[in-house]
Amino acid sequence: MSDPRYTRRLGLITGVAMAFTGAIGMIESFDERTLIDPFLTMGMLVLLGTPWAAGILAARGRPSPLEEPTRDSQEGARSGLTMGLVAGALTSVFVLIVDTFDMTQFLPNLRPAMVEVMTFGFGVPIGLLVLTVAAGFAGALGGAFFGMPDAPRKGLGTALGWVIGFSLLEVVVADILELRELVRLIYSPQGGLQWWAAIVIGALAWWLSGRFTGRAKRFVEMAKAADRWSGVRGSVYAFVVIALLLPAFVLGGIVNELLINVSLFILMGLGLNIVVGLAGLLDLGYVAFFAVGAYGMAVLTSPLSPTVNPEMRWWVALPVVIGMAAFAGIMVGTPVIRMRGDYLAIVTLGFGEMVRILLLSDWLTPLFGGAQGIRRIPGVTIPFTTITIGGVDPEFLVYFMMAFVALAAYITHRSMNSRIGRAWAAMREDEDVAEATGVGTVQAKLLAFVTGAIVASFAGALFSAKVGAVFTNSFDVVVSLIILVVVIVGGMGSIPGIVAGSFVLIGVLGGPKTPGLLQEFGEYKLLAYGAILVFMMLKRPEGLIPSVRRSRELHQDELTQDDWLDKAGDFGDEATEVAT
Amino acid sequence: MALLEIYGLKKAFGGVQALGGLDFHINNGEIVSVIGPNGAGKTSFFNVISGLFPADEGIIVFDGDHLAHHQPNEITRRGIARTFQNVRLFPNLTVLENVMVGQHSRTSSGMWATILQTKKQRAEEQMIEEKAKEVLSFFGTRLTGYRHDQPAFALSYANRRRLEIARAMATEPKLLLLDEPTAGMNPKETVELTDKIGELRDDRGLTVVVIEHDMKVVENVSDRVVVLDHGVKIAEGHYDDVSTNEDVIEAYLGRPAEKDDDE
Repeated sequence: MSDPRYTRRLGLITGVAMAFTGAIGMIESFDERTLIDPFLTMGMLVLLGTPWAAGILAARGRPSPLEEPTRDSQEGARSGLTMGLVAGALTSVFVLIVDTFDMTQFLPNLRPAMVEVMTFGFGVPIGLLVLTVAAGFAGALGGAFFGMPDAPRKGLGTALGWVIGFSLLEVVVADILELRELVRLIYSPQGGLQWWAAIVIGALAWWLSGRFTGRAKRFVEMAKAADRWSGVRGSVYAFVVIALLLPAFVLGGIVNELLINVSLFILMGLGLNIVVGLAGLLDLGYVAFFAVGAYGMAVLTSPLSPTVNPEMRWWVALPVVIGMAAFAGIMVGTPVIRMRGDYLAIVTLGFGEMVRILLLSDWLTPLFGGAQGIRRIPGVTIPFTTITIGGVDPEFLVYFMMAFVALAAYITHRSMNSRIGRAWAAMREDEDVAEATGVGTVQAKLLAFVTGAIVASFAGALFSAKVGAVFTNSFDVVVSLIILVVVIVGGMGSIPGIVAGSFVLIGVLGGPKTPGLLQEFGEYKLLAYGAILVFMMLKRPEGLIPSVRRSRELHQDELTQDDWLDKAGDFGDEATEVAT
Repeated sequence: MALLEIYGLKKAFGGVQALGGLDFHINNGEIVSVIGPNGAGKTSFFNVISGLFPADEGIIVFDGDHLAHHQPNEITRRGIARTFQNVRLFPNLTVLENVMVGQHSRTSSGMWATILQTKKQRAEEQMIEEKAKEVLSFFGTRLTGYRHDQPAFALSYANRRRLEIARAMATEPKLLLLDEPTAGMNPKETVELTDKIGELRDDRGLTVVVIEHDMKVVENVSDRVVVLDHGVKIAEGHYDDVSTNEDVIEAYLGRPAEKDDDE
């Protein structure tokens, strides 16, 4: 059921996307990274993966809630091909323009090297044809893939996913498989999977997917059907818990490092969620509380703290740091008590920057070391053991962070379903009315600020113990914004949402200062953040895993309509009552 | 005994004198209707009593305490609850949650109790829920059962009005201020609500002030009628006396034509 206008439009959009990835230099720089040894580089994956994915959309046709898309390989391939040719032609025009006019002065990425990569090394006249045909071919493959019957499609999809995954995560896989011989076996010395290893992995994945998904599904069904604490269900829970607990010791340093960063942002996301998601106070300077936690811990524990250095133990210092964070929460909260919406956001943004600038200032340098920061912050010693948690042994830190994440999640969960949570929710909905209904908004706001600040200070205290040093540049305003993006993308007010958001953004793409799973994305990280944010706002504004209340709010109209339908009987009764 | 006494209450917005030295009193267990043409200052009167806007001048004595310059939540805690002319619920909270918020000033569990889930906190949560359900049952089955878990925005207009009254009742007030409670309701619903207002006093011992435009409701429900115009009281008394009062007729309909010539 393909609509030629829709196909062509999709082709134009895809063409623009392809040209854009070229124009920002993504394809050229990704081309240096080989994914599958002789023939696939990451640049090619991006360049041709785009029309491939668009081919799927073209084959599906205009999304319609009324009819299921028809799956037909030939039909799909045909619309995919049309779409891909349009996209490829448009990209070719772009490449031709770049080749003809020298624009390197304004846009340094639009240079001959980019033309070379995007024409697959064939140069301008022939390469443009190759590009168009290749895009058309990729589109056709995507369309055909969509049209395949279920079983082979799922198998092929799994196989492709595994191969791409193995090749993209080369560094991580190599880090986990510490046996160098094995690593050398599947990865080529120039980087990238060996082509035959790719085939083996793909075949294996295909075979496994057919064999195990069915069984796993049945197992889950069985577990769901079983009594709450019966053996089956218990063993599933046990399996999940072990699967969650095991990785840190099995997975290599890179993954552990990632998990730590992710947990750090989950922790801060949960804290910010209390302020923004539950109480509805848009705080753009949240990083300030993170800084209070980190610097507080640094001053109290480090022997190199310039003036005050009590050299406390981490555990002794923690309550003091919590106290400081609570104080900071009140200090920020009090002046903004009467502010709402945009004004609150702007003022908190200012507070966030003020903290960083104060830390850097000459005035406070004797206390916080200014640009020198504070170094040699000792790790956390666990009482009654010899374990010290610091940057050197990430395994324990992972679990330690998870414990704090669990604590923050528990606090959020408890307060959400209580008198305090209801007061926050009421305040978020309508502040005047909440006040007229007996909610003391001053106390409620301060409580939200203080609770949020304390959670952030946990993150700060852990961060300084992990890194072993604090510098002001870790507390940039962009950190505040990224925490907010994590909360928004994940789902405001939803604990699992924030965990998911943190994994997707910080884990896969990377945090403000740290690389993620896709390390190559480093340069384009913020661009990817922006793209994800725009996409989410358009398609799923309630976030990846939304809270009930939030999705209610954003889909009010639909819900109200459904409700009218549900209650139609009800209303009928009332109408007849009136009539009689 | 007077529950609420007001002397010389003044409130101006810019150059507009919304309340120009209003005297008012209401006795325990009375139902008083406040009427007057549009812009007479009726809603401003409610807003000032409930603390949403501070008064410029004047004395408000409620249950023996001076109320001027208190925060709205403090006033609610002392026992004055209100509804709004343009129904203002917490639209994304469920019906039950809306009413549970009303119990806020009657309960005290703090953050620590909530995190530690103390026995007292759990008992209090349960008490809040029971109280909310009890208050909702005041309107029969209209707001009970499956409606407890419906978001407030999904309710019909009349039910929103009822829910708003229920939320106000949940604050356990002594004095209830209802701002046009029957606006937008059909005749049958209006009659029903009129009875309910009577029940608020007879069964629940509340004192009620109603702003109302529907004269039938005013006639049926009120012990006494107070007429406002331009922020001052122009008449007061039983419905029959007030409805024939010349000043009142003039305020509503304007002066007779021949008098206009004098100006």
